[in-house]
Amino acid sequence: MSDIAFAPAYPISIPTREILPWAVFAGLILILAVYFVGAEEGALALVDTGGVIHEFVHDGRHLLGFPCH
Amino acid sequence: MMGNLLLRGMIAGLIAGVLAFAVAYTLGEPEVNYAIGLEEQKAIAAGEDPSAEPEIVSREVQSTIGLATGILAFGAAAGGIFALVFAYAYGRATTLGARGTSALLAVAAYVAVVIVPQVKYAPNPPAVGSGETIGARTSLFFGLLVVSIALMVLAVLLARRLWAQGAWRAGITAGLAWLAAVVVVLLALPSVKEVPADFSADSLYRFRMVSLAIHAVLWAGIGLIFGALAERLIAASPRLRPAAA
Ligand SMILES: [Zn+2]
Repeated sequence: MSDIAFAPAYPISIPTREILPWAVFAGLILILAVYFVGAEEGALALVDTGGVIHEFVHDGRHLLGFPCH
Repeated sequence: MMGNLLLRGMIAGLIAGVLAFAVAYTLGEPEVNYAIGLEEQKAIAAGEDPSAEPEIVSREVQSTIGLATGILAFGAAAGGIFALVFAYAYGRATTLGARGTSALLAVAAYVAVVIVPQVKYAPNPPAVGSGETIGARTSLFFGLLVVSIALMVLAVLLARRLWAQGAWRAGITAGLAWLAAVVVVLLALPSVKEVPADFSADSLYRFRMVSLAIHAVLWAGIGLIFGALAERLIAASPRLRPAAA
């Protein structure tokens, strides 16, 4: 019993197989969202809106520290 | 469980984003306006008419709804990614509970995602930076961001591995190894020097401090709000609640 008492007590973790599908699909969509705020229509463009996305989030992009113009 | 946790992360990010927007709007916009004014003055001095160039989105929209959309969307996305990383770190990286893990993760995220990239590629207001180098600057910035996150993950793994030797020793060894790796990476990457000589040093300093402050509010908000929300969810889950001894 004594060695159990001294071992660090980790809380019960969430199983990896449960996290993985969420991490892949939700992670991809969320990274895409960051990309649209931070870089879309800058160095490259996924959709061509004539610069509307870039100009609309422009101030946020600069203030969040993303490279802009 | 995971869907609910993700939702809580995004809600925490949205709430923190509202707070960050307040900082961005009150302290950041004056510096953005200064830079845009300078840009227009230069255009006039060069014999161009700044009003001749069509405004795709008006300044009024950019500085209000546009800024809010950008920061809230970033906040929600950052909060969601934070929740996914938390799901793996909880019960694995530290022995801390949900609130402690969340707070610690927020500090690690602020250092890896904000401080390290900004030390090398500091945020710039409009009128700083040339249009031709945007491709190179974007690659360098996101490249450094990815490397910085990887180094933080490695440092945590190293600390976990050395943990049996004592928390102090593990923390200091992993911390120094991380610092050495970060310094090497920062020195190896090319610098970007595009600030015009006549740009106000004062305004540039304030702009960069505001950027750090926006992120500080955002990540502190995510760490604390998500920690509280996750703690409740985990306490209510029969599977994750430790069995009463
Ligand atoms: Zn810009």
